[in-house]
Amino acid sequence: MNNLKRVQFFSAIGSFVLAAGFTAAHAQDAPDVGPHPPEPAKHMESHVGGLTGHSQDAKMDYRRYCAGCHGDLGDGNGENAQWLDPKPRDFTMATFKCRSTLTGTLPTDEDLFNTIGRGLTNSNMPIWNTFTKQQRADLVAYIKTFSPRWEKEKNGEPIKVPAEPPVTIDSIAHGKALFTKLECWKCHGPQGKGDGPSAATLTDSKDQPIRPYNFAAGADDSRFKCGSTNQDIYKIFMTGVDGTPMPSFADTIQPNDAWDLVHFLRTLQVHRHGKENDVLKAAGGKIPAYVEKTSQAPATPSVNGAAGGGK
Amino acid sequence: MRASKPCIAVAIATLCPALMFAGTISGKVTYTGTPVKQKPISMAKEPSCDKQHPTPITTETVVTGANNTLENVVVYISAGGDDANAPAQAVTFTQKGCQYVPHVIALHTGQELHVVNGDQTSHNIHPMPKANPEWNKSQPPGSPAIVQKFDNPEFISVKCQIHPWMHGWFAVLKTNHVSITGDGGGFSLPNLPPGKYTVTAWHEDYGTQTQDVTITGNETKSIDFSFKAKAY
Repeated sequence: MNNLKRVQFFSAIGSFVLAAGFTAAHAQDAPDVGPHPPEPAKHMESHVGGLTGHSQDAKMDYRRYCAGCHGDLGDGNGENAQWLDPKPRDFTMATFKCRSTLTGTLPTDEDLFNTIGRGLTNSNMPIWNTFTKQQRADLVAYIKTFSPRWEKEKNGEPIKVPAEPPVTIDSIAHGKALFTKLECWKCHGPQGKGDGPSAATLTDSKDQPIRPYNFAAGADDSRFKCGSTNQDIYKIFMTGVDGTPMPSFADTIQPNDAWDLVHFLRTLQVHRHGKENDVLKAAGGKIPAYVEKTSQAPATPSVNGAAGGGK
Repeated sequence: MRASKPCIAVAIATLCPALMFAGTISGKVTYTGTPVKQKPISMAKEPSCDKQHPTPITTETVVTGANNTLENVVVYISAGGDDANAPAQAVTFTQKGCQYVPHVIALHTGQELHVVNGDQTSHNIHPMPKANPEWNKSQPPGSPAIVQKFDNPEFISVKCQIHPWMHGWFAVLKTNHVSITGDGGGFSLPNLPPGKYTVTAWHEDYGTQTQDVTITGNETKSIDFSFKAKAY
């Protein structure tokens, strides 16, 4: 009896082991769902200039060049992510820093295309200028497979950037007044060194510490994340840098005032050779105090006059 | 005489059943244990706000009242209720004295939110949602209200990064049956037609609890929630 039970027991174990072995062997024939990204459930397109990107064409490039940091699922949890600061972008949230569109809206395809080509300074995201334009457009389409927002929402509308007025010492002075009034200095510091009173407390939307931009460091523009032209700087504070503490000022700054602020921000780049610093130098190197223009004519107080806002 | 009363009752019940059988779920939220001590906030760097607080304020992660009552708990019907549309009127969220007033607001999905700056300083309003698009806007003194809405239900943490002590919550829900506990920890969910309901109580630090309640008619059901205080 005992022997019989033992035989039954071992044969049960044997068949279990056999079954397990068979399952394991069978799994090798099954579609590979291990370390590789699953096939995207949907195909997305991107449109950049005359190019049309197709997500299915970017699968190999994404796996080879992007997944190591951004992860197979696009959630920013690639195997290298733990070593990186700032953390790789999580595409599943569809929140992007460098946009030409209003805060809270999706970027344009071109915004993402440019970011891939530009890289992100002060991060581990390199300049991917080794890709062809078609490869970049395909990757933009691939990135769009990670968040359902790309199917539900349209790309945001690019904000309008009016022509830049000439740089004058007045525009720099007014820009400085705005820098104070809008509390830019609370994070960026009075000299734009990124050392304002709130700077040390800042975290991004994933609770990672983040530093405000230091305008004064470096001699050129190469450290601007989202492009280094005056138009790019204009866009930064009008669109905000989503996912970070940098808000949008689109509802609160008039276009001309925004240009004045750009002119002042350029003077914070003390080592940079540019028209703004030339104008400042010609004016004696000191920014004069800004005088509100409306307050100069108080002859008859009027409601309309008070709402002028300076310009 | 005797027979006429039920007749009238039946007539009224047919005409306006909502009024006849409007149940209420009410109760109180308390805590057990010792809540972590709230940290004092120094607004010395923002004098215009600092002078509005003769007695120093503290963080509001856990706000308690007498007899172990718990404030800022969002109590709402999470299942069984009607999926009514968003109310037409907006909910206002005010920045006053460099604080969010109130600390927690409840919104229906799609309901208008008005963010108002009542201060002499600029704020940035930065909700950090997971299921809705994230935005972040500057609001200098005297600016018009920021008008926004959220389409998906979730509890959204909101911050001002210029004043890092400012922290609040948007409770975006798919119901209009919601009550946020104030001083005394009480809540009341009126106008509930007969049915089986799940009531959820959410606290930003202590998490969520649920209870099932059945309303059979014109009655008030009393339920209480008790959260265990976190020691850290």
